[in-house]
Amino acid sequence: MKKIKISFLTLLTTGFLFLDSCSKRLDLAPPIGLSSVEVYADADNYEKVLAKIYAGMSLSGLHGPAGNPDIAGIDEGFSQYIRVLWNLQELPTDHAICRWNDVGIPEMCKMEWSADNSFVKAMYSRIYFQIPIANVFIKESSDESMNEKGFTEEQQNEIRTYRAEARFMRALSYYHAMDLFGNVPFVDESDPIGVFTPEQITRTNLFNWIETELLSIENNLLDPSSVPYGRASKAAAQTLLAKMYLNAEVYTGNSRWTDCITYCNKVINNGGFSLSPSYAELFMADNHTSPEIIFPVCFDGQYTQTWGGTTFLICAAIGSTMDASDYGMNNGWNGLRATPTFVNIFSDSTLDSRWKFHTSGEKVIAGDTVMVVQDVNIGEVLTNCPDTSGYLVGKFSNLDQMGNPGSHVSLSHSDTDFPLFRLADVHLMLAEASLQEGDQGTALANMNAIRERAYGNSNHNFSTVTLDDVLDERSKELYWECTRRTDLIRFNKFTGSDLVWSFKGGATDGTAVDDFRSLYPLPTYDIVNNPNLSQNNGY
Amino acid sequence: MSTTCFKTLILCGLLSSINYTYSQYSLSGRLMDDNGEALIGATVKISSLSLGTSTDIEGNYLISNITNGQHNVVFSAVGFKTLTALIDFNENVQRDVTLFEDALLLDEAVVIGYGTARTKDLTGSAVIVKSEDFNKGSVTTPEQLVMGKIPGVKINSNNGAPGSGSTIRIRGGTSINASNDPLIVIDGVPLDNGGVAGAANPLNLINPNDIESFVVLKDASATAIYGSRGANGVILITTKKGKGNKINVNFTTNNSLSTVVKYTDVLTADEYRQVINEFGTQNQIDNLGDSSTNWQNQVYRTAYINENNVSVSGGIGGVPFRFSAGNKHEEGLLKRHELDRYAASLNLSPSFLEDHVQLELNSRFVHTDNFFADQGAIWASAQFDPTKPIFSGDTAYGGYYETLFAAGGNAGRPIPLAIRNPLGLIEQKEDVSDVNRFIGNARVTYNTHFLDGLKAVVNVGTDMVNSNGTVLIPHTAASNFQNGGFQTQYDMEKSNQLIEGFLNYSNAEQGGDHRLDLTAGYSFQEWSTMSPSYPGLNIAGDTLNAPGIPTDTKNALLSYYGRGIYSYSDKYVVTATLRRDGSSRFSPENRWGWFPSASAAWIISEESFLKDSDLISFLKFRAGFGVTGQQDIFYDYPYIPNYQEGSVTAQYQFGGNFVSTLRPDGYDYNIKWESTASTNIGLDFGFLNDKISGSVDYYVKETSDLLATVPVVAGTNFTNFILTNVGSMKNEGVEVNLNLGLLNSSTTKVDLGLNASYNKNTVTGLSLVEDTSSLGIQVGGISGGIGNTAQIHTVGYPTFTFFMYEANYDDEGNPIEDQFTDFNNDSVINIDDRVRSGNPNPNWFLGLNLNASYKNWYMGTSMRAELGAYVYNNLASNYGNLQAGNSTFNSSNIHSSFLTTNFQGNTNEQLLSDYFLEKANFLRMDYFTLGYNFGNSLSDKFRLNAALTVNNVFVYTKYSGMDPEVVGGIDNNIYPRPRIYSLNLTFDF
Repeated sequence: MKKIKISFLTLLTTGFLFLDSCSKRLDLAPPIGLSSVEVYADADNYEKVLAKIYAGMSLSGLHGPAGNPDIAGIDEGFSQYIRVLWNLQELPTDHAICRWNDVGIPEMCKMEWSADNSFVKAMYSRIYFQIPIANVFIKESSDESMNEKGFTEEQQNEIRTYRAEARFMRALSYYHAMDLFGNVPFVDESDPIGVFTPEQITRTNLFNWIETELLSIENNLLDPSSVPYGRASKAAAQTLLAKMYLNAEVYTGNSRWTDCITYCNKVINNGGFSLSPSYAELFMADNHTSPEIIFPVCFDGQYTQTWGGTTFLICAAIGSTMDASDYGMNNGWNGLRATPTFVNIFSDSTLDSRWKFHTSGEKVIAGDTVMVVQDVNIGEVLTNCPDTSGYLVGKFSNLDQMGNPGSHVSLSHSDTDFPLFRLADVHLMLAEASLQEGDQGTALANMNAIRERAYGNSNHNFSTVTLDDVLDERSKELYWECTRRTDLIRFNKFTGSDLVWSFKGGATDGTAVDDFRSLYPLPTYDIVNNPNLSQNNGY
Repeated sequence: MSTTCFKTLILCGLLSSINYTYSQYSLSGRLMDDNGEALIGATVKISSLSLGTSTDIEGNYLISNITNGQHNVVFSAVGFKTLTALIDFNENVQRDVTLFEDALLLDEAVVIGYGTARTKDLTGSAVIVKSEDFNKGSVTTPEQLVMGKIPGVKINSNNGAPGSGSTIRIRGGTSINASNDPLIVIDGVPLDNGGVAGAANPLNLINPNDIESFVVLKDASATAIYGSRGANGVILITTKKGKGNKINVNFTTNNSLSTVVKYTDVLTADEYRQVINEFGTQNQIDNLGDSSTNWQNQVYRTAYINENNVSVSGGIGGVPFRFSAGNKHEEGLLKRHELDRYAASLNLSPSFLEDHVQLELNSRFVHTDNFFADQGAIWASAQFDPTKPIFSGDTAYGGYYETLFAAGGNAGRPIPLAIRNPLGLIEQKEDVSDVNRFIGNARVTYNTHFLDGLKAVVNVGTDMVNSNGTVLIPHTAASNFQNGGFQTQYDMEKSNQLIEGFLNYSNAEQGGDHRLDLTAGYSFQEWSTMSPSYPGLNIAGDTLNAPGIPTDTKNALLSYYGRGIYSYSDKYVVTATLRRDGSSRFSPENRWGWFPSASAAWIISEESFLKDSDLISFLKFRAGFGVTGQQDIFYDYPYIPNYQEGSVTAQYQFGGNFVSTLRPDGYDYNIKWESTASTNIGLDFGFLNDKISGSVDYYVKETSDLLATVPVVAGTNFTNFILTNVGSMKNEGVEVNLNLGLLNSSTTKVDLGLNASYNKNTVTGLSLVEDTSSLGIQVGGISGGIGNTAQIHTVGYPTFTFFMYEANYDDEGNPIEDQFTDFNNDSVINIDDRVRSGNPNPNWFLGLNLNASYKNWYMGTSMRAELGAYVYNNLASNYGNLQAGNSTFNSSNIHSSFLTTNFQGNTNEQLLSDYFLEKANFLRMDYFTLGYNFGNSLSDKFRLNAALTVNNVFVYTKYSGMDPEVVGGIDNNIYPRPRIYSLNLTFDF
């Protein structure tokens, strides 16, 4: 009997051990990929995570051009950072209309977006995809964290620079959040990943936070002369500061013109940049060789593929009689056009090298006079646009300066980088801030620097400039480069009726728009999810 | 247990059998049915003496070695009411016995998961369908055998492609983003629901001809034994086994033609010419061609299907076995589409140690070869300009007429975004796969020597699939001309391993009023999927698409379960089950869950006041409650933070180098299973000696911790949408099943089965916080305008409710273009004016099954109806307007609804007009068969049964589109369901 008891116990014990071992078999980890701990235990991985933070502005996911997207709820190509930023900054302005009837697009063109607009949501999602990834990286690259992991001094030095760049990229996304949405949820590296509801930060406080961040990393970033192409240098931070100061009154109620001047001068005097000899080459497949670009968002036909970015800007603009092969692509998507209002500000089209409209067939512009070829009604243009109406823009191209197309095997994706910050913008910011401070001389010099490049000579130089001249010059110089909405708001022309353009407010000839449209709404889903948030006025 | 102890037990057993062998008698006779026909393979058993035998081909039986005294003798045959007789043995006894058909199969053992139960002991909602009642004709995938047969079980084929899968919903879906598919168990091996690369549907890798029966467990008291996988019901498939000693050889051959029933309603060439000449732009008029091509006629065909199956079953040397082999060659309606299936199975059920150890081995292997026709041709054939010729007259692009750039640097090359020649798409794509699947299990049952009625069962099972396929498009094909052609490959390996053991004690054999059946067990199951990622290349070998992240994923489920069934006097039955599941998909804190159930039944007809009723032959009341779960969420590691490396095409430039990118995936550490609490009340009845029988069930299922993909709180995760437990949902319904034995004479038999099911689905919660401002979750992507959706999940409404603009109509009842009701009177038509109306799931679905025979003739039919569902005609909404004919890239055809609406343009609002939302009510006859049983009138060597069957005989509907039966409710280029004419010959040797 005793024997039986013992063997029964043995059986029971064996049984439990067996079951216990089975229970351990439920601890399964993904065979592919690395855990968070594994990633940050190896100093070599930091560069790859940093690359993802940069690529968050050019790639839509982990499998270029599509597949395994970063954000969901929207077509992956549509969700690319530059593409949605472009839609929010250019579509509701005189620079652009889009003739597609894809969800959310007509609303953007007509300035009738709601808090459920898919591009509003996508922009917000993009920004809040970038920030948490940067937060974790910043946390894992603190000196304390690196010491714990036993990284060598050489590794630590390199990662410290990466860390400053991650902070720059985070500040850049917060800058977009502040500019587009105003008061937004705020998280930094002290916050967890998981279930919690971030607090809302006011636009002014966010301005101050971004400013402090940029000032504190300014000296940790590499010099423009030594920074590898694609990464953010001191000049990138300084340009962003200049942009903040230029618009400070919009963001905080207090103007910061002198700070803007200071930071523009830092970039112009110390950055080592110069204006590209030709305007066109800034938007071509080999624009990485341009001496003018301060901070690019990089694209590549072979290694950085997306359906957004410059591929979108080139292909979506090619339509009607435009020949895709003239732009180094295999195909046009026939979507983007410019409004007559914008085309009309070019008073001397044949001479200005920034005149990049397609001029053939019915869209011929005769002599120096812009001919409004035909009035198009809003229903046609926005959702049912015959191919023969509207103004086609050929600013971006996938040909290099020698006329060779980019590197993609079938020319579906462009090599052209997007010049997010470039020197011409800094000159124009300096001109504007100087004028605000009453310094006509500096303003004139900087405006004429841009003019001379545009015309190739000084025949068209200004003798005096006004703020309106600056706005028009910015429009001609920087169109389709994601600054128009911000500029119009600064000049009080985005909403209201001071400046109208075709389809503004949903009318064929344009009409006034309520002031609340100067800010985009926070997406409804986040207002619902996060009780700490209050919606912007008017939505 | 020590060996000594074991030996003693065996010795005791031997001694006891020796003790009682002094005076012996025999029992013999014949078993027959009420028509006097012999019952073959029926059982006669004297349990108290452990004696038993089966009847031979004449129905005769003989049992010897019966000891003196009174013994209970049990006569039973499958499908007949069991008869127990007390016989006094003091001499050899001769007894002929007539057994009566058991319409309700009350004594039949039904598979219920980890064992069996008598039908009369079932306390939950379980329905059995046996092979003789299966749908007839050309059926490629098993679930279509029982379509329309079972109340509460809605089965819709997804489309008409060869071997295509079905959507099976048992009592509505319980989830939004987790699986709504029922658990399918074959011979005790739970399958996984995931798809297989290269197979249209993993279930078509099981030969329907090998299936003996389906048991569908519907309510939680029946499914809770499957715990975290029981919420959507369980389908238990039992395959055919060998029995008896005689060897039966069966051969069936089925030859079929399948035809297109209806085409997509687009303009003919003449209509198109007329419309363009009248309304088109000058460009369009100039662009009209001279040909008249019906592109749909070009891509579809009358297809041929051939199927042969042979089976050999019986017993060799006392070992029951069944072997079967079959092949099916099925052509699809789309030209070049083909499925070839080769299946073999072997079942062995030997017994050892005087039946104390029973072994059951099931193995089945299937190989399929697929040729997939380019299904893009379905859309292209509806859209391609009908005035254009099929062939261009020269050799470029395979000779097919294509839309080319007219001028510029790309002149003469195909416009990439233009519609491609439909026939060119089919003829210039080689898309082939082959798939192998092996499902096998070995079950050992040890009927213990030391305690009567106690058995131990160990079951080891495996399900392995491997597939591989290649796609090749030549560089001359217009579809990939710009890329220089296209080629890629894929392969996949899946494995599903099961080990389980349980103990079962039953005192049934001992007789008596108290019946107890106890089961306790353990199960461990592990699934893995591996699939490498290959690049897409052009014909020259240049990479077009970089390989992505390969698939290598695994999950495991560890479970303990127990069940007790107690019945008293065959009148009162109570059942309780409890399961504990641990899933690798959830964090250690959330991993384990309890799933209990309890149910009871009262067989009222056994009470004295009904026992002798002539009217009521059977009456049973059932009630049960249980909690089940759902953990089938398509991701195996949703709680683990994981970084993955991007493809070669997703790098970022740092200086002269491109650096690969590492990205964290979003994750939810707190994710856990959904749980569904369900209550079921039912009544089973039989009247007039079961000539009329049936059941009525009412159920309510409430799902909590609903898994839905919802937006993340901004700033808190590495993504903007995550699958998490946020909501709740309710399904409530009624099911009625009625079987009528209308006629039953020696020459004529007519049986009619009717069933009706009602289900109401309501989302009761969708967010963590109280939410009145958000719309809900927009779903149901449509064609026309990227990002447009036609459906929405909203609290208070069914899932996938349509969300559209209300069209306005003129005096003649025609819709006015771009005019919609401004519900909030703000003079703007926007999303705030969209209304929730209708959903793709029917309130009612009905089934009718009729079988009749007269002498050797027989016929059968099965019909299904669905009422209350809506379908959105996306083809009409997207292409039923003039603008559709004026695509940016080429001219294209227009949907015929234009002739009624005269719509010129196509705004987003117009696209979502409820004018295009139609009732999807339909009545479909799934098959009609007429057969003649020749018996052995043609030859002594075999018996022959011949039948003509038509599948998909007709559909009655008012829906304007091709087919109202659209899974998901958005009608957009469905592969047409064929009408199939078959001749089936069955030979029994």
